[in-house]
Amino acid sequence: MKHAVNTKDKGGSIAKIESRGEKIFDISVKILGVVLIFLCLYPIYYVFIASISRPLYVENGQVMFTPVLATLESYREAFQTPWLWTSFGNSIFYTLCGVMVNMFFSTTMAYALSRPRLIFRKFFTLLAVFTMWFSAGIIPMYMTFRDFNLLDTRIAIIFGFSISTYNMIILKSFFEQVPASLEEAAFIDGASDFRIFAQVYLPLSKPSLATVALFYAVNRWNGYFWPMNLLTSDEKVPLQVLLKKLLVDRTANEMESAIITAQSLTSQTTVIYALIILAIIPMAIAYPFIQKYFKSGITLGANKG
Amino acid sequence: MSLRKSNQEIQLRTHKSLGRRFLSSWQLLILLAPGLIWYLMFCYKPMIGLRMAFYDYNIFRGFEGSTFVGFENFKIYIQGPDFWRTIKNTLMIAIWQMVICFPAPILLAIIVTEMKGKVIKKTLQTATFLPYFISTVVVCGMVVNFLSPSTGIINKFIELFGGDATYFMVYPQYFRPIYTIMTLWQTAGFNAVVYIAALMGIDPELYEAALVDGAGRFQRIWHITLPGIIPTVVTMFVMNIGKMVKVGYESILLLYQPSTYSTADVISTYSFRMGIQNGDYGIATAAGLFEAVIALILVVFANKLSKRLTETSLW
Repeated sequence: MKHAVNTKDKGGSIAKIESRGEKIFDISVKILGVVLIFLCLYPIYYVFIASISRPLYVENGQVMFTPVLATLESYREAFQTPWLWTSFGNSIFYTLCGVMVNMFFSTTMAYALSRPRLIFRKFFTLLAVFTMWFSAGIIPMYMTFRDFNLLDTRIAIIFGFSISTYNMIILKSFFEQVPASLEEAAFIDGASDFRIFAQVYLPLSKPSLATVALFYAVNRWNGYFWPMNLLTSDEKVPLQVLLKKLLVDRTANEMESAIITAQSLTSQTTVIYALIILAIIPMAIAYPFIQKYFKSGITLGANKG
Repeated sequence: MSLRKSNQEIQLRTHKSLGRRFLSSWQLLILLAPGLIWYLMFCYKPMIGLRMAFYDYNIFRGFEGSTFVGFENFKIYIQGPDFWRTIKNTLMIAIWQMVICFPAPILLAIIVTEMKGKVIKKTLQTATFLPYFISTVVVCGMVVNFLSPSTGIINKFIELFGGDATYFMVYPQYFRPIYTIMTLWQTAGFNAVVYIAALMGIDPELYEAALVDGAGRFQRIWHITLPGIIPTVVTMFVMNIGKMVKVGYESILLLYQPSTYSTADVISTYSFRMGIQNGDYGIATAAGLFEAVIALILVVFANKLSKRLTETSLW
């Protein structure tokens, strides 16, 4: 294959090869990219168009790429789901309070562990890190909540999961990157450790704190496993646990639905799809922030292991 | 006054008397306390609870009222019919993940970096990153509904191409593919971020030099891009070995059902079912402890491997 090499001095002399092979390659990569974008977004798009279509056309497979006889009736019905708004409120409550608790416990501990001065520093760090390699597992954890009389309490959800070791270690390495001269200068001015932590280190690491808070928030909002096991009363359950009952358990017993005609405006399926869209909306709103802050966190986390 | 304080500070650092070091860091210890207490209460207390594995544990009578049975619970688990099934399934799901879900983000990262055109590149990144943030419950709900034999879109497509609708969720042979594809959709874009960052760190001069030498696109990917991210790939691979037995029980619990236990039931789902659902706490804890010990061995092994391969340990 012949390559016609012509060096263009465009914005920093990046050499560029023009050849048929290159063009075919570029086009194939683009086609592949479009296919991947489609595969990632189609499931969500389908849920959306099915949620606003008439059930008969969803059931007989006419809804594939565009909605048929659009109606918002499924959403009206989804809004009336018992406990939906309670659980939505609970999720907001658990996420807000939970993240505040997470950040309090994680930043204080991470700061203390990041100071070389701390007595038994290695031992304390190992104590935390060891839990990443070895954890007692589901049953002893459940029993612990039972022993503390925390079953079916909101406190269990908020305080029982105060620290994710992974996030705490990320914070610790953020604090370690702050130049030590700042701490020394504050020391000479007679500031206490509490003041140095709260008035020097926390304001300096705002973007990092935002990243970790977002990590925690996404986990809090999306988690279902422990709330499902620890909470038994309907009025305390967060959205994900309710959704589990509505989306997964209900469809597991197929064929309970009534007969669907061309006049039907909703069906079990379309209402489920409407609920899925409602559940995705808060995440979609937060997505721009997530994209902004998450990536730096992931790369750092991977480097720190 | 303040100068004396900092002098004291320096002295304390040189003289490593325990009492003095304690004095110099008592404020830090107060900052450490909440987290430390939390770790003791919610990570180390459960570890003490692991002794349940050696008792015929009765939840109402506690340890005093339960009989110590030694390794009886382990015997029941290991000799029972579920042992090999859970081991095999854990291993098989881990292998499916390693073979399909592990390389996919690397490929995706290469596609993203090779992509010309800013708009499509950004759209691709945004679109592949998005599914990670949809909750497990919602993703599993979508899977279950998409695969429904009467209304699911997957079966509608199959019927469109002349096939017969199948109730995929009840057949054991479909479980691993379903679970793997779901995980792929959820995590490929998220995991690609690390590789994209690594690819952007490759010295552009290498590419320019290769261009001058007349290397084509595939040659450049093969000789520059791939060697450039091998260290990252090795690190990620080793980390994955450490996490191998911890297959995603949270989503398996939502997707499996009695008819697919033969391919879907892993150690943690077994432990969960035995304990929380059947109330057999002794056996459940024994299975959980068995899994935790294997996980620990794998992590130690992974770290040894990482030390040898990349000369940097994971911790």
